[in-house]
Amino acid sequence: MKKFIQSSDILKLIKDGDTLLVGGFGLSGTPLTLIDEIASSSLKNLTVVSNNLGEPGKGLGKLLLSGCLKKAVGSYFTTNRDAIKAWKEGHLEIELIPQGTLAEAIRCGGAGIGGFYTKTALGTKIGEGKEVKEIDGEKYILEKAIKGDVSLIKAMKADTLGNLVYEYTARNFNPVMATASKIVIAEVDEIVEAGTLSPYEIVTPHVYVDYVVASHYVKVGGVYVESISPD
Amino acid sequence: MSQSARIKIAKRIAQELSDGEIVNLGVGIPTLIPDYLGDKKVYLQSENGLLGMGPTPEPQQVNMDLISASKKPITMEIGASLFDSSDSFVMIRGGHIDVAVLGILQVDEFGEIANWSVPGKDVLGVGGAMDLVAGAKKIILASTHQAKDGSPKLVKKLTYPTSGGKKANMLVTEHAVFTFSNKGVELVEILSDISLEELQKITGANFTISQELIRN
Repeated sequence: MKKFIQSSDILKLIKDGDTLLVGGFGLSGTPLTLIDEIASSSLKNLTVVSNNLGEPGKGLGKLLLSGCLKKAVGSYFTTNRDAIKAWKEGHLEIELIPQGTLAEAIRCGGAGIGGFYTKTALGTKIGEGKEVKEIDGEKYILEKAIKGDVSLIKAMKADTLGNLVYEYTARNFNPVMATASKIVIAEVDEIVEAGTLSPYEIVTPHVYVDYVVASHYVKVGGVYVESISPD
Repeated sequence: MSQSARIKIAKRIAQELSDGEIVNLGVGIPTLIPDYLGDKKVYLQSENGLLGMGPTPEPQQVNMDLISASKKPITMEIGASLFDSSDSFVMIRGGHIDVAVLGILQVDEFGEIANWSVPGKDVLGVGGAMDLVAGAKKIILASTHQAKDGSPKLVKKLTYPTSGGKKANMLVTEHAVFTFSNKGVELVEILSDISLEELQKITGANFTISQELIRN
């Protein structure tokens, strides 16, 4: 049986200096409730691995403004002007990784693989200083796997075992992040009885999921808004 | 850059795409291409996890969990499939995408691309640009002939940081179509009423002229 917990309980699972893998592409597939909890906590020096840092004041953008973050690792931060400002002022470290390399590094992290050789970024500024290896006449660079202390992911539904299904393109980085941290917490819109989800539709098997939290957000007009009566 | 010039570029690239191809469209001009495919059926891949991307939905159908890589609401076509980011880049990096249509900052005379970072400016985004450059079977570049400041996009040597060693196959601007090979860049088609001399003047690289140059 999975542990179904309140969102505030997650603060006991995260400590200062932790690396958090946070699902989402922009705001889609982002665990907004879990981020809100951390943003209102006194946690410090967190490193976040996520494709983006949300939008100004939204999703991970909120976490940035709360001052919990030391470093962001991801592929595209230009869409959040607060991230650019924090970086310029020296309040935020940024590590830029090509999107496909980010996804594969996390996949490796969860798959027991230490790193991988890729052609992406070979000969570029991002590839500088990385080991170059020739395999069967083609050149690649070495990228190390990425692992986290805690993964914060978002799914559409969980069953009571913790199996997860995702909505449309909100899947993005969530399934790989579910495999790559010591503790995995999934925020979901709906919890259903085991057996309700078809085995064909389950994307993340429950083996990866440690905790499930019900989202405080509801979808109105295709966009998540904070529910008036959380929990 | 007028909208008509952008549409001209999109229309010309639409002609290059073949029925049944798997295509990834970058931001900007490439996103206009689906409107000009006519009867041709191509399958659009969106790197956030969808193959079979359809047009923009009606306002009441918008779901911000069904979005393009530009984070705009989209729809799914019949036969569409959804997958996670690592599978999406298996498709891209693994050579399963037939054509990537990309915007650029610069391209050199051998087709090496710079499309992610401007020197002296903040470099805080790369997205999937380098993965697409490294992995797509064919790369078509969609760009205005000159940057906003009038500087040429097609240059002898990149002054902006490279996106990778893999070369583009073709560049389409509002004035011309160029193809790249290890011999250099060749002008294959003129799309406006520009003279050859003028074209040479606003281009930063020396190009050869195809024996079968087409002038529209």
